[in-house]
Amino acid sequence: MQITSPGFKRNATRALGDEQLQKALGHVRSNFIDKRAAAAAALPEFEALRDNAKAIKDHVLENLDIYLETFEERVTAQGGNVHWAATASEARGHILDICRKAGARSVTKGKSMITEEIGLNSFLEKSDITPIETDLGEYIIQLRGEHPSHIIAPAVHLNMDQVRDDFKKAHTHLDANRAMDEPEILLKEARGVLRDRFLNADVGITGANFLVAETGSSIIVTNEGNGDLTQSLPKVHIVVASIEKIVPTLEDMSQIMRVLARSATGQEMSVYTTLSSGPRRPEDPDGPEQYHVVLLDNGRSEMIGTEFQDMLRCIRCGACMNHCPVYHAVGGHAYGWVYPGPMGSVLTPKFIGVDKAGHLPNASTFCGRCEEVCPMRIPLPKMMRHWREQEFEKHLSPPAQRRNLKLWAWVAKRPTLYRLATRIAARGMSVLGGRRHRLGWLPVASAWTKHRDMPTPEGGTFMAQWKGKR
Amino acid sequence: MSTPISVGLFVTCLVDMFRPSVGFAAVKLLEDAGCEVHVPVSQTCCGQPAWNSGDRADTREIAIEVIKAFEEFDYIVAPSGSCGGMLAKHYPELFQGDPVWHERAETFSGKVHELISFLTDVMKVERVSSKVDASATYHDSCAGLRELGINAQPRKLLASVEGLSLKEMKNSNVCCGFGGTFAVKYGDISNAIVTEKTANIEAADADMLLAGDMGCLLNMAGKLRREGKRTEVRHVAEVLAGMTDTPPIGGKRE
Repeated sequence: MQITSPGFKRNATRALGDEQLQKALGHVRSNFIDKRAAAAAALPEFEALRDNAKAIKDHVLENLDIYLETFEERVTAQGGNVHWAATASEARGHILDICRKAGARSVTKGKSMITEEIGLNSFLEKSDITPIETDLGEYIIQLRGEHPSHIIAPAVHLNMDQVRDDFKKAHTHLDANRAMDEPEILLKEARGVLRDRFLNADVGITGANFLVAETGSSIIVTNEGNGDLTQSLPKVHIVVASIEKIVPTLEDMSQIMRVLARSATGQEMSVYTTLSSGPRRPEDPDGPEQYHVVLLDNGRSEMIGTEFQDMLRCIRCGACMNHCPVYHAVGGHAYGWVYPGPMGSVLTPKFIGVDKAGHLPNASTFCGRCEEVCPMRIPLPKMMRHWREQEFEKHLSPPAQRRNLKLWAWVAKRPTLYRLATRIAARGMSVLGGRRHRLGWLPVASAWTKHRDMPTPEGGTFMAQWKGKR
Repeated sequence: MSTPISVGLFVTCLVDMFRPSVGFAAVKLLEDAGCEVHVPVSQTCCGQPAWNSGDRADTREIAIEVIKAFEEFDYIVAPSGSCGGMLAKHYPELFQGDPVWHERAETFSGKVHELISFLTDVMKVERVSSKVDASATYHDSCAGLRELGINAQPRKLLASVEGLSLKEMKNSNVCCGFGGTFAVKYGDISNAIVTEKTANIEAADADMLLAGDMGCLLNMAGKLRREGKRTEVRHVAEVLAGMTDTPPIGGKRE
């Protein structure tokens, strides 16, 4: 997909002026936050479960190679194939090979952010294979030629009127005058259209919420059941998963599952939890003839042992963006690549380079609410600060900003000079503010006064007055 | 008579320059609680602007000066959750792997407290003796709330102010959009966040907005005045110390 992260500021300004988007974002604020809070409050052991979930993933990251190899052995023993992909391009290559060998023309897809990360849809289209998104939100944005604006609610930026118009345009085989004024009717329509696609697909591709080493299983959690049809109806099932999705046992998986849905949507569990562990066995009533797992690294193993290792605990619940004031203000597309919100602000510089994604870790107030709700206790602000440090070290931050910072720091290290400078500034601004005690416009702080007044200092500094009094 | 508890007051750069009244309110509250207050003259800033801009080297140099100036006191107290959080939580991170300074930073950081929580949690202050006839709404500044767990403490002391009634606003725990240089670097986004905040403040229908951090207060006061809203803005320490005869932050509505 086209990367627009370098234009984050432009994207943000446009998003702030988009009335329809702003209205849609209001739903993020009102829907997700209260539901998560209620789900967390209803479970006395929720905080302990978070600690446990974190410990499981920390252990996995220390022993990643062992669990991945065990997983591969189990999958192979069960008649499946594991394909290792160091890069996005290798992953696409594996998937295309499998599709070509199966003579595939049409591919259904369950919701998968990894396939967004590797740009799978446009790649398949170029290879004359039609990818069909089957998650309702994903289906809608595919019709629109868009990308997800949220990792679990991909079409959260849209409203019903837009969806209705999209369906009218796309579903030309249906009566043009049909009733379309209820969400349920639109849902039914999408379901009807997708039913045919499910039945005619040659290959089904899903992501994975977890990979379980001991059983060689991949697990998806969904609310629509589309994932089940995607993976059980076609002759070939491909799971595309990144390496950090692995957990040692089913018990570990169920531990983390207890915080996943609660953190994401406030549900105790998602509606469907589906395990797949290989191709159809002779005694199975249905299932695919071939079962493939494409394991994607794409730079993740490089994060191990660095200040970004904690990020690999992420289970993609979306709680960080649901609680982020910046995401609430600008929505997911403004971030300019696959992953938005706080988790995206940490991951995106890793994937596309901090030179391109530098705005993302900077566009945070460090309010800390993301870390507060992250079920895996990932210190997101701290990692954004690490990116700021890398930018500073590589001289990527804007020169004027660096100069101002350096000048400020130089003065701050010289108390006598600092006293003098602050006395002059406080006095000067105080005089300018006069009896209104504020300024509507201040040339050196025009970015501030564009939106708000600048309260002016009382007059003398505290340090000067203290010296006079004691 | 036992030796009084010595407190080094970390004034903070914004209080020093913009709002000395808060510094004097802090001194009054600390002395009323029985502390002996010292104000080292070599203090400037905690270094947070450099720290959050990725400039670790300058932050470290500033931090060393702060530690040297304050480590002799029993406690170090700041009228700010943000600066308090920087001194208490981030200083040790700065010196990771440094055998001498890491330990010194740990010892220093262990003695750091934000003003209001210091009064309630360490000095066991149950009530203040001030009188302010007004209603107030309280904004939980992010660093104080999430790094230092400040939430109940200011409300408890505010409840003891004679004549004051507390009216909670919706989403008092949501960021005001200040974020230090964020407010300037991403002014449009910051504006969207603070606009929602001032709407919640107005809806609380209180005479005063209180908070424990000058950065957030300057941001919210600036927006309230720009929007012509009536709520007057003060640091929570001013009200607790009964020092409300100064003009509010950003003045009054015209």
